[in-house]
Amino acid sequence: MWCPGCGHGIVLNSLLRAVEELGMSKNEIVMVSGIGCSARISGYVDFHSMHTLHGRALAFATGVKMSRPGLNVIVPMGDGDALAIGGNHFIHAARRNIDITAIVMNNRIYGMTGGQYSPLSGVGVIATTAPYHNIDHEFDVMEMARAAGASFVARTTTYHAKQATDLIRQAILHKGFSVVEILSQCPVQFGRRNKGGNAAEMMETYKTNTTPIGSKAKKENPNLLERGIFVQKDMPEYCNEYAKIIDQAMKGQ
Amino acid sequence: MSKKNVKFIQGNEVCAEAALYAGLGFFAGYPITPSTEIAEHLAKRLPEQGGRFIQMEDEISSMCAIIGASLTGSKVMTASSGPGISLKQEALGYAVMTEVPCVIVNVQRGGPSTGIPTHGSQGDVMQARWGCHGDHAIVVMTASNHQDVFEITVEAFNIAETYRTPVILLFDEVVGHTREKVVIPEPGDIPLVDRLRTSVRGGVDYHPYLPREDGRLPMSDFGSVHRYNVTGLAHDMWGFPSTKPEIVYGLMRHLVDKIEHRVNQLARYKEYHLEDAERILISYGASTRSALHVVRNRRAKGERLGLLELQTLWPFPYEIVRQKCSKAQAVIVVEMNMGQIVQEVKKAVKPSEKVFLANRFDGVFITPMDIMNILRVIQGKGV
Amino acid sequence: MGKSRLKEHRIERDWCKGCGICVHFCPKSVLELDDDDKVFAARPEDCIACRLCEIRCPDLAIEIVTEPE
Repeated sequence: MWCPGCGHGIVLNSLLRAVEELGMSKNEIVMVSGIGCSARISGYVDFHSMHTLHGRALAFATGVKMSRPGLNVIVPMGDGDALAIGGNHFIHAARRNIDITAIVMNNRIYGMTGGQYSPLSGVGVIATTAPYHNIDHEFDVMEMARAAGASFVARTTTYHAKQATDLIRQAILHKGFSVVEILSQCPVQFGRRNKGGNAAEMMETYKTNTTPIGSKAKKENPNLLERGIFVQKDMPEYCNEYAKIIDQAMKGQ
Repeated sequence: MSKKNVKFIQGNEVCAEAALYAGLGFFAGYPITPSTEIAEHLAKRLPEQGGRFIQMEDEISSMCAIIGASLTGSKVMTASSGPGISLKQEALGYAVMTEVPCVIVNVQRGGPSTGIPTHGSQGDVMQARWGCHGDHAIVVMTASNHQDVFEITVEAFNIAETYRTPVILLFDEVVGHTREKVVIPEPGDIPLVDRLRTSVRGGVDYHPYLPREDGRLPMSDFGSVHRYNVTGLAHDMWGFPSTKPEIVYGLMRHLVDKIEHRVNQLARYKEYHLEDAERILISYGASTRSALHVVRNRRAKGERLGLLELQTLWPFPYEIVRQKCSKAQAVIVVEMNMGQIVQEVKKAVKPSEKVFLANRFDGVFITPMDIMNILRVIQGKGV
Repeated sequence: MGKSRLKEHRIERDWCKGCGICVHFCPKSVLELDDDDKVFAARPEDCIACRLCEIRCPDLAIEIVTEPE
């Protein structure tokens, strides 16, 4: 149901390639999505899938993972889905460092409902609920995730589809809460109102406005957005820690 | 029966133990008076049995987490009170729509809003029925004493698993916090029901939402051989979204009829002296304790008073109530709210002029004297 | 791993939405949209099998099929 040129389809493409490279059984994978254009991705995959409530995907996913820790839980969400209404659950899933892979499909807009601004739209953006211009500042998802305690934090764009596949693969392999933010073009709701051009042109701006972390280009132009892995560390994983609680409780009996 | 089965504990603890008895495998919750003890008790007891407990960041995520866990095959529960139950409504509707078995305990307190956290009430009866939006059916049960709290809690799990539905347990602060004797049954004393799991083999098409002829829907645990989609959108038998009128019609009818057409099978109630009763008290939950006291007290003095204690509130057993009250001259509904179940009783009992309300809603537990005074007023005798 | 060469551009016309991403990013300008706004390989002999079209297609509508030389 995505519009022609929607970046979310490229995220789907990259994600499927990552899963294929990993060689995991489809029966081990549970995809839990929220509500929005991003969330519709779960209807196009042959895994166990849950299409849940706006903002609450990580809460459902926590229940799935806690009760069957052996499952591989992947949670694609939109920017509003994950960081507006879902912000609290995002923070706490990261804080727990529960082994879930969160993919933030950031198109900087609420697409499904017709183009309202989101917390990641940024100042100056035109949207249906910011008809003059948006005065809301966005925050940096990478900084948020790091501060909340996520142990794998990465960002890329749909232009960089190969990097997207690689980062998603690493995120899934990582034992802990992984966040992959993927800038994804919305030509119809965002691009059309903000002189973004068509889908391919929006992807060109992803190429020109981003750069690898710590590159020379970033030093010369601090306004560029960095792509790559921002955080990658080994931390106690929530389900593993709870397994120890079960051991302790059962011995104490 | 061994002495170790006899306990003197809070109603909240009884509910938690009953859930464990029923096979609870996962609990997610958030602290809120007067239900917090259920979470605290399970935080300790669940891991002892290999089950899992998590305190989530809020009420909403608690409800969502138990739904996710239920789909992996666990029996699940959450517990809260008024403000928290209000928060859970969207997710509760999701469980209704996706037909996921789960038990939600509401230990009622004074409301609306923050109300009176430390006093009981029965103000959430209508919310339990209609709190989540949209046409739907739901099962709501309650109990008035600790032995019944145990049995009704186990029953709630059995009903959730049988009909693939959320079941709300409406207790209240008084029953929740009072300590009373309870006898914990031996394993096997109360039969337990597990959800029906599909016998369809891997590789063969499994339809998660195609009812069998008996109306039951076999489930398949996430992680096993059948992969399917679960969505809160109106959906077809494969679980994928659909807006086709014939599919939506079929889905809605199925969701409602599976509960509403089984009113009598789902009805749990207790009768006290109804056979020759001239006046019948109808009560449920904590109020029953006072109502029963009045009935026993007045019977001893020769008054033909009877009591019908409802344990299933929804689907409301109109036919049973109508039939039990048909010969009574007056029916008095006893509840601690401004009149919620009385409205349903008036639909069941005709003429509705013979239905009265004996209630209290100021945070103080309704006393036998309160009920007696109202009985006297109804008879024209003043207080 | 032996060298491989292009066998065909396998295009699922039902899935292609004519968004033009593959056309825009093909380094050898192999692809074009036809009158129905569906992609086709206008100059298949120029294709270097880089697969950028395949990995950037939002609809998984184009696949580069290769065979050993």
